[in-house]
This record gives sequence, structure tokens and C-alpha cells, in this order.
Amino acid sequence: MAKVISCLLFLLTMLAMLPETAAATQVQEFVLDNGLKVLLLEDHKSPAVTFQVWYRVGSRNEKDGKSGLSHFLEHMLFKGTQKMKPEEYSRIIAKNGGRSNAFTSSDVTVYFATMSRDKIGIEIELEGDRMVNALLGETYFEPEKKVIQEERRLRTDDSPVAALGEVAGAVAYMVHPYRRPVIGWMDDIENLTRQDLVDYYKLYYEPNNAFVVMTGDFSTQEMLPKIKAAFGKIPRGAEPPKVRAEEPPQTGERRVTLKKEAELPFVLMYYHTPNSKSRDSYALDVLSVVLAGGRSSRLYHDLVYQKRLARNVDADYNGLSIDPSVFSVTAQLMPEKEPGEVEREIDGLLENVKSELVSDRELQKAKNQIEAAFVFGQDSIFGQAMKIGYYEALGDWRLMDSYLDGIRKVTREEVQRVAQEYLDRDRRTVGVLVPIKEKSQ
Amino acid sequence: MKRFSLSLVNILSIYALAVPSTAAMIPQRSVLENGMILLTSEQRALPMVSIELLIDAGSRHDVPKQEGLANLTARLLTYGTQRRTALEISDALDFIGARLSSGCGEDLANVGMTVLKKDLGTGLELLAEVLTTSTFPQGEIERQKQSILAAIRAREESPGDIAQRRLAAALYPQSPYGRPVEGDEASVKGLEQKSLKAFYERYYRPNRTILSVVGDVSHQEIAQALNQAFRSWPKGEPVTPPAPPSKVGSAETIRVAKDLTQANIILGHEGVGREHPDYYAIQVMNYILGGGGFSSRTLDSIRNERGLAYSVYSYFGAEKRRGTFELVMQTKNETALEAIRIANAEIRRIREELVAEQELEDAKDYLTGSFPLRFDTNRKVANFLAQVEYFELGLDYPERYPDLIREVQREDVLRVAQKYLKPEQLITVLVGNQKKIGEK
Repeated sequence: MAKVISCLLFLLTMLAMLPETAAATQVQEFVLDNGLKVLLLEDHKSPAVTFQVWYRVGSRNEKDGKSGLSHFLEHMLFKGTQKMKPEEYSRIIAKNGGRSNAFTSSDVTVYFATMSRDKIGIEIELEGDRMVNALLGETYFEPEKKVIQEERRLRTDDSPVAALGEVAGAVAYMVHPYRRPVIGWMDDIENLTRQDLVDYYKLYYEPNNAFVVMTGDFSTQEMLPKIKAAFGKIPRGAEPPKVRAEEPPQTGERRVTLKKEAELPFVLMYYHTPNSKSRDSYALDVLSVVLAGGRSSRLYHDLVYQKRLARNVDADYNGLSIDPSVFSVTAQLMPEKEPGEVEREIDGLLENVKSELVSDRELQKAKNQIEAAFVFGQDSIFGQAMKIGYYEALGDWRLMDSYLDGIRKVTREEVQRVAQEYLDRDRRTVGVLVPIKEKSQ
Repeated sequence: MKRFSLSLVNILSIYALAVPSTAAMIPQRSVLENGMILLTSEQRALPMVSIELLIDAGSRHDVPKQEGLANLTARLLTYGTQRRTALEISDALDFIGARLSSGCGEDLANVGMTVLKKDLGTGLELLAEVLTTSTFPQGEIERQKQSILAAIRAREESPGDIAQRRLAAALYPQSPYGRPVEGDEASVKGLEQKSLKAFYERYYRPNRTILSVVGDVSHQEIAQALNQAFRSWPKGEPVTPPAPPSKVGSAETIRVAKDLTQANIILGHEGVGREHPDYYAIQVMNYILGGGGFSSRTLDSIRNERGLAYSVYSYFGAEKRRGTFELVMQTKNETALEAIRIANAEIRRIREELVAEQELEDAKDYLTGSFPLRFDTNRKVANFLAQVEYFELGLDYPERYPDLIREVQREDVLRVAQKYLKPEQLITVLVGNQKKIGEK
């Protein structure tokens, strides 16, 4: 899970700071007749344009036994369309100086390329094409399945910390599909069929279940007609099925242990929290920075610097998920330290933010860090497109406009209250990686 | 002061017929009073400044038994100065939301900072402090040593890192380039305060430093501020540079047993330095072989056709005075030898046959077309300018680059493949379950 502490606020502060570009730093929204939403943000500070298509489908939409389907489909969208030979998409983008890729998360599947302004039209056309014309060819199905299994081995099976995250996620959620890994369980991947992909593609890849985000050095007048030409004729599809899964309240701590060949123990804690639609998300963001934002933060200073119990430590609140997610606290231990000791130390520090108000200076420091990160985040047009996309996937990109304002209003009392309410041991899952020595070979 | 300037707009309009963008790199260069080289690019779109420093203080200066000294020095820069304790430094940085990091490689130490424009003064003050008045307190040395010893343990968890280390050791025996920058357990434990202070005194000097500044500040403004902030940083004595690695290892297979589901594989040998005139032809050749992301030959035959790997790529890493070729992939243990066979076959093929005209054009189109897009953030521009200076490419390098690539012909590709891909020197590293990988 990536650290999400900064978001965009284009209107108020930027107008004051950036007179020459302020007029262009607003997101413009258009909706095509077929339901495709188009979000455009002109930003002329570097000669590049990022174009992204976001499908509102991810592992969250998958059923038991079919985990990894969204991600598998993402891979297969590079295997040709009625007009394009397999792998031709990547070749054309590269030939035109662009960089392209795609990713799948619990909530979304996203395809993107970054190119120069005069070439980005090619990407727009190709994305329009593969929204409806992907072949998902039989010939490429089995080799790609093997590729995905190798990806799983690389990312999860041979990575002790990632493997711990996977089992802890499966324990933190009982009902909600967030319990399943995005890449899928190995056995599920093995048993997926081409027909599964075909059905899934039909169900979810349609203009009314997708949106476009474009940021960078382009002009709206020039690009909007291109987007309309590439996507406008695709017919609106049936409304895809809604995910109806609500995680029942947790009423007691859950614990999970993973034994694996590794060097250093690792401890993680997942606390159930609401997402960014909740007012509390601002205070949760501030809380995560008070705990682990920089070397002077509470957890880092105590565990890493003073007591040298952990090699590194993090606190991360991911509010930008469609359904309620978790606040995580993680620590990789120093050699010869005991997970129990580290857990007790973390617990003590979390108790402190519940029992005593953070200082005024500490609160201001956390807010300053969030505001600075927000400005730094705008340095990348790709990063900006990602933020717009995540907010839109969550419900409405306009939520990000009120983000900094929400952060500025957070009080010491609110930080204390959200700590008390959500950092509740009865609503957490604790995962511990126990390193074992390698088996003799 | 000589003024260099160029605009990315020119390159775009010549080679890609782009509509001119409002953005331009327009770098400027000057040498400050104390000998520090300053490069800047004024970028006013955001109220922030990114700073990148390269210091000729990498681990190549480490002497035997003191491996890890350069790295420990770099890591301790921000842990205590004449004015401030480690906590005071981190608290000051955190309060303004600034990012300050220091690190160390074989050739260079680097310090990076990103700061809001309104806090630039505070940022520069801190930067100057850590570069000129670090005190290396005993308590901090002990802390940092423990942290590095833990990192030395942790690196055993990453099979890719293990493979990289084993390759470097085989390529550069008896050389700092063959040893991990962070040192080993015994050498790190033995490092002492007086060695750190001596290393800092000797190598952290303005005349060994390139400083690149990109963001909401003009060249004049920052040059003035830097002359002020670094006024008490005197030039250092000339230092005899350590000899570049001379002995190069010969072909061998290195196996490391680990209980993994995948074999982590590297095929590698020595390459060429960044200054080598064949550098550009090699980059084009490598793009076709394995550098070209989703459109390279090895990716096609190993991933797309056979589904053997998720990630497979090759590169010619070019540093000053040396370089390496590496082909890196991971595949389940059982198919490791098959994947190696195919990779070797691709290396053979590009040495035997001319590449297709289309492949060559695709490679050149990508390398030239994507070049301006490599600088789409202030931080990337700052890194780029510092590298241009370090490798002595000249500030007109972005203008010259497309021609350097465009002039490469199919015959050049064949020639450099034959000359710089060396099957007879190829070192094969295999980290994984050796029983499952098998013998031949």
C-alpha cells in the first residue's frame, strides 16, 4: 500500500501562488453520451502528456475461486485486438517515444502511457480500440498464465514481507473481497479459463464503467475531439453488478504468524478504518504523520533511533479505497529482537496518542509535512493523474479539492479521538513474520 | 561566468515536430568561489526547489579493512553538526516538510534535498551545515553501525541483491567495485570516529562537488545564497584517485542455494565506461537485445513466447572508467537452465546476424523520442544536469543526443555486439533451489 498523505487542491492556494499557470490547473470534467467520464488537467510545465483509462473493476469484484481474474485480463489486453497484432500496442507506443504500462489494484484496473503532446493521440486511439476489441486469443492464454505465475513467485512467494501482508489481509477480512490478493491465489490462477476472461471483459469493460484521466502539456480544445472520436462510438453497456459485501465489525484481536526463510522478523498491525469519504480521514492522515512521518516522528524516534528495536517503521493510512480499509503500522526488527517486545513498545506509543493530546507544534509539523508533500506531488504529471483517478474511483474527484482544507482544520482533540476510536486492539489483526533457516538442499 | 543555455523546445521541434511547450530546461552553469560547480534550471511553475549534490567520495576510496567507511560517512552526515544534534536536524527538516537524504555508491556520494521555496533559506543552512560541520558523534556512529549491520543481514532476504553482489565480486576481484558499498560485518564493526572524520575532511570538499538546483529560484539568486552559505568551506588538497579495476574475472557459473520458488539469474560481464565512443551504438544494440521494455528480443522469446519469466531485461551500465553488461531474469527453478539457454541463444544471434531495419528504426525512434520525456519532474532534471556535468557531456548534450543515436547503423549494431558481448567471459549467477534447478 502506498503512502497517501498528499492530495490536490487546485483552486484556492494555487491561484495565489502560481499566477501564470493558475488558469490551467483546474480539472475539467466532460461526460460522453455513452457514459464515459473524461477528466482533463492541463499542466504545461514539462513537455509530456499522461493519458490513463481507469476501469472500475479490480480484485474487489472477483468471486471465490476466480481470484486474479482482473489482473489476468489486464495482461491479456496487451495481446492484440481485431486491428492490432499481439504486443503491437507496446511496440507502437515505444516507437513513438512513449512509455506505457498498466496496473491492477483491489478497486481498479488502469492502462496508461506518457508521450509528447503531438503523439498522445496515438495512445488515445489504441485505448479506445482495446476497450472493446481485445481478442484475448487462445494461443496467448497459457503462456501468459505462466508469466503471471512467475510474477506471483517474484512478488509474493519469494518475498517474505509481501507474503506476510497477504496472509494478514486474508485474516483481517472475513467477508469483504479485500481479503484476496490482487494477483490471485496460485491455484486460482492455474484454474482460470479463457472463457472467464471473455465473460469478465464483456461485463466490466464498457465506457460507462470507466473514466479517462489526462494531465500535462496539451490543449483541451485539441484533445477532447480526439477522445470523443476514439471512445464516442462505443455503445453504453449494461450496468455492471455492484459489489455487495460488508465486513462485519471485528470484536476481538486476530493474530497470524508466517514462518519463512528470512533474516529479520517483521511485525504488522492492521486496524479497520473508514475511507476518505469519512470526515475522520483527515485526522487519520495527520495521525499517521505524527506517528511515522520523518525521523522526528514518534514511532521512528522511539523504535528506530532511541531503542533500536526496529530497522524501520511505518504508519500508513490508506483512505483512498472504495470500501473501508485499514490503518497499518509495520516494523522490520533489528537482529535478535523479539516481536513481542516490539509489539509492546508500539502499543505503548499508540496508547500515548490516545491518552494525551499531541502538542501544538507536533500537530503543526504534521500539517506542514502534508502540505509540502502536496506541493512536491504536483511535480509529476503522472502523480497528479493518479490522484485524480483514485479520488474519482472512490466517488468524486472533487473530494480532493477540499483535502488540504480538511487537513488544516484538524485539531489535537480530533487526532486523539480518532486514535481512541480506531486504534482499538479488538479491531486489529497482528501479523508476525518468523524467520526460519533455509532447508538443506 | 560563462552562460550556457538551451531549450528542449528546439529538440522537440526538430525531431518530433512537436507543438512548442512552455517548458524548457535552460540550464546554466557556473563555478562558485570555493570551486563547487553549480548547475541550475529555473522552473517557476511550483513553489519548490530540488537540489542534488554529487561528491567524489564513493566507496572506491575505501581502503582494505575499512570497507564501508565511505558509506558510513555519507549516512552520518545528517546525524550531528557543530550546531545541532541529530534530533534537532530531523525535527527542523520535518517541521518544514523538507526531504534531505544522503547515500553512497562506488564512485560518488550523493545528497539530495527537496524543499518549499519559502523554506529555501532554512534548507540551505541545513545543507551547508551537514556538508561542512558534521561532527560524527560517537553515539551516532554506534547507532548507525547497528543499522548498517542490520541492512547487511536484510540484504540476504533479497535474492536479486544476492545475485548482484556475487556478480560484482566475480567481475572485480580485489577491487572496491567488487565489494558491497556498505562493507561487511567485520569491517563495519571496526570503523572508528577518527577515520570517519579524516575521510570527511579529505573527500567532502567543494572542489570535489557538483551541485544542481532546479526549481523556483534563479541562477544568480542561488549562486549568491550558496556563496554565502558555503563561504567557510575551503577547497581540499588534490587526492590521487584510486586505480580503476584492472583484473577482470573470466567465465564461470556461480550458484547460491536458497529455498526459493524462483531462480534469480544474472548473466554478466564487463562493459564500457560512459566516455567510450561506442556507448551510443551499444545502447541501440542493447535496446534490441533486452533493453527495450516490452519490445526486446529476450522479452519476446523468454516471456511472450514461452511464458518463462515475468521480468527479463539487459543493460549496459556505464560509469566513469568502467561498465558492466547484465542480463537479469527470474524463472521457476525448474526452467532456469532453459531460460539461460534461450538468453545465450539471443546473445549469439545478435552477434551473428544484422538486426532487421525495422528493429533498428524502432530502437532509434524510442531512444530519441522518449529522451525529452525523461525530464518530466524537477528532481529528474536536477539529477540529469548533475550527471551531464559529472560525465562531462556538455550542456548541449540534449541537442546532440538525437544525432548520436540517429547515426547508428545496422552494421554498427553488429560490430558492437561482436565486440562488447563476450560469451567467453560471461559469468552466470544462479540464486535458487539448486536441486530443482539441476545440473546441466
